[in-house]
Amino acid sequence: MRIAIVDESASRAAVIGEGLAALDDCEIFVVTERRGLVARIGEIAPDIVLMDLGNPSRDVLEEYFAVSRALDRPIAMFVDESDDEAIAASIDAGVSSYVVDGLAAHRIRPILDLAVKRFNAFARLQADLAEAKGRLAERDAVDKAKRILMDSRALTEPQAYAELRKTAMNQGRRIAEIAEAVVTAHQLMGGK
Amino acid sequence: MSAELTIGFLPLVDACLPILAREHGFAEDEGLSLRLVRDMSWATVLDRLLYGHSDAAHLVAPLAIATTLGRGRPAQALSVPFVLGLNGNAITMRPELARRLTSPGTLGDPIRAGAALKLVAAERCAAGRPLRFGVVHRYSSHNYMLRYWLAGCGVRPDHDVEITTVAPPFCADALEAGEVDAICVGEPWNSVAVERGAGEIVLMTAQIWRRGVEKVLAFKERVLDERRADVEALIRAMVRAARHFVDPEHWDENAAILARAEYLDGDAVLIKRAISDRLLLAKGSEVVPFPDFMFQYREAANFPWVSQAEWLYTQMVRWEGGKIDPGEAARAARVFRPDVYRSALTGGAEPLPGASSKVEGSLGQTTVVGTQQGRMTLESNRFFDGGVFDPADLEGYLASLP
Repeated sequence: MRIAIVDESASRAAVIGEGLAALDDCEIFVVTERRGLVARIGEIAPDIVLMDLGNPSRDVLEEYFAVSRALDRPIAMFVDESDDEAIAASIDAGVSSYVVDGLAAHRIRPILDLAVKRFNAFARLQADLAEAKGRLAERDAVDKAKRILMDSRALTEPQAYAELRKTAMNQGRRIAEIAEAVVTAHQLMGGK
Repeated sequence: MSAELTIGFLPLVDACLPILAREHGFAEDEGLSLRLVRDMSWATVLDRLLYGHSDAAHLVAPLAIATTLGRGRPAQALSVPFVLGLNGNAITMRPELARRLTSPGTLGDPIRAGAALKLVAAERCAAGRPLRFGVVHRYSSHNYMLRYWLAGCGVRPDHDVEITTVAPPFCADALEAGEVDAICVGEPWNSVAVERGAGEIVLMTAQIWRRGVEKVLAFKERVLDERRADVEALIRAMVRAARHFVDPEHWDENAAILARAEYLDGDAVLIKRAISDRLLLAKGSEVVPFPDFMFQYREAANFPWVSQAEWLYTQMVRWEGGKIDPGEAARAARVFRPDVYRSALTGGAEPLPGASSKVEGSLGQTTVVGTQQGRMTLESNRFFDGGVFDPADLEGYLASLP
């Protein structure tokens, strides 16, 4: 089975492709370029096309599937009415799937399930990464704010941290938010 | 406790009414909290609507009908209780082509420009490189308006010229790269192409059909029924947004809101041109005013005329090369829901027409029409070729078209 993965995010496409490569009898093609997309899909002649929902070329590709009589085998969006939940899960995960006419649902489903799993895994990775980046940035702001308080009010480091914590508790906000406010205020007052 | 409604949209100027209903607090005044979800393709806006990620969608009108009739995927009934606007699109061509049709900075005349286009199309066919037009979706008013104009000028779509789909954000790129010779798209994407020198605006779709239906707000029929009170509240909020949108006093403010990163993520200067019906047609020329380029409020612009849904259905059948199917025609007509629009606004200050269907293209001048409430005049709603669409005879109309 020939599977085309169309995704402008090369890293996500790689994660999906790697997951599907484990399937037997499947050849995976990854397309990340928008230019020449339709021609490339024509060359690949896929049985299944997986495309991320955020891809701006979806309408272009759907048009190609719908009207191109040049295609040997018509391709349509995969909508399994017997199991709407599975399709809903793929939309939730952010992936749309197109399959050639005549491909049985039981052959498509394992591939789609795997793609959904991989999409979700990728989304989790991204979320983890964003969270880790956020935590790093927060720690950085707290360090800077402590330094500002230590310099301007001659506090020790534990005292500076205690000040930030007390203010945060009094205002019902997070320490990182107070730290950011201190850093911003300091910058506005001409500090570096 | 306010009810939450999630609305999907594409970054286009005519997504303005739900955005402004939210930003100016009109929705909140009606007890609604609006969440707006931006996407990059109509396919995804539609998927989110069908699978419940959104409650309503900014949609190209023919796609609501195509979805109801099961074109391209299994049929799912959609309902349109509100039209987000009329027209607002333009045809932009690569400069060397545009100059065969009109002089730079001047709008073309649909008949004369069409005659000139016919010559170029023949030349290009003879040279083995047929002219290629880009539209934003096969089930779009852009596609049907463009085809109506071409066919009316003796240029046969799919024979004398090719028509393909190009995503709005890439229209300027596609013109520049020569992937297409012309595009029919909404704002700000014509203006983006003009600014880049990739294209020149030759025609506005309002010149093809003075009052052509464009984007709509679509719901799944079941959701419309279940959330009827919220839908009607949203209609009232969007009518207020429409009144605000057309008021010159608010143009700068609204252009700035629409330009924001979470909405159109675009240039407020270009967006304001569309809002104020003043477009720059070619780089280096003067801005040209064209009244009613966009049409969001007057003459009950948001009223879902059943005849407009029926006109779109005739065009769908026309270009599919099929026949009118009375059952399909009835289902297409029922997509537009003037009853819901009326129910939302009855007893208020907004005029409501007496009829729910009209003979499209029949008015050559300002005409007073009968109303259910308020006073209402309709201005010219002509097609460029003088065609008249009587919804009482779909087959006769289809047979009369070239």
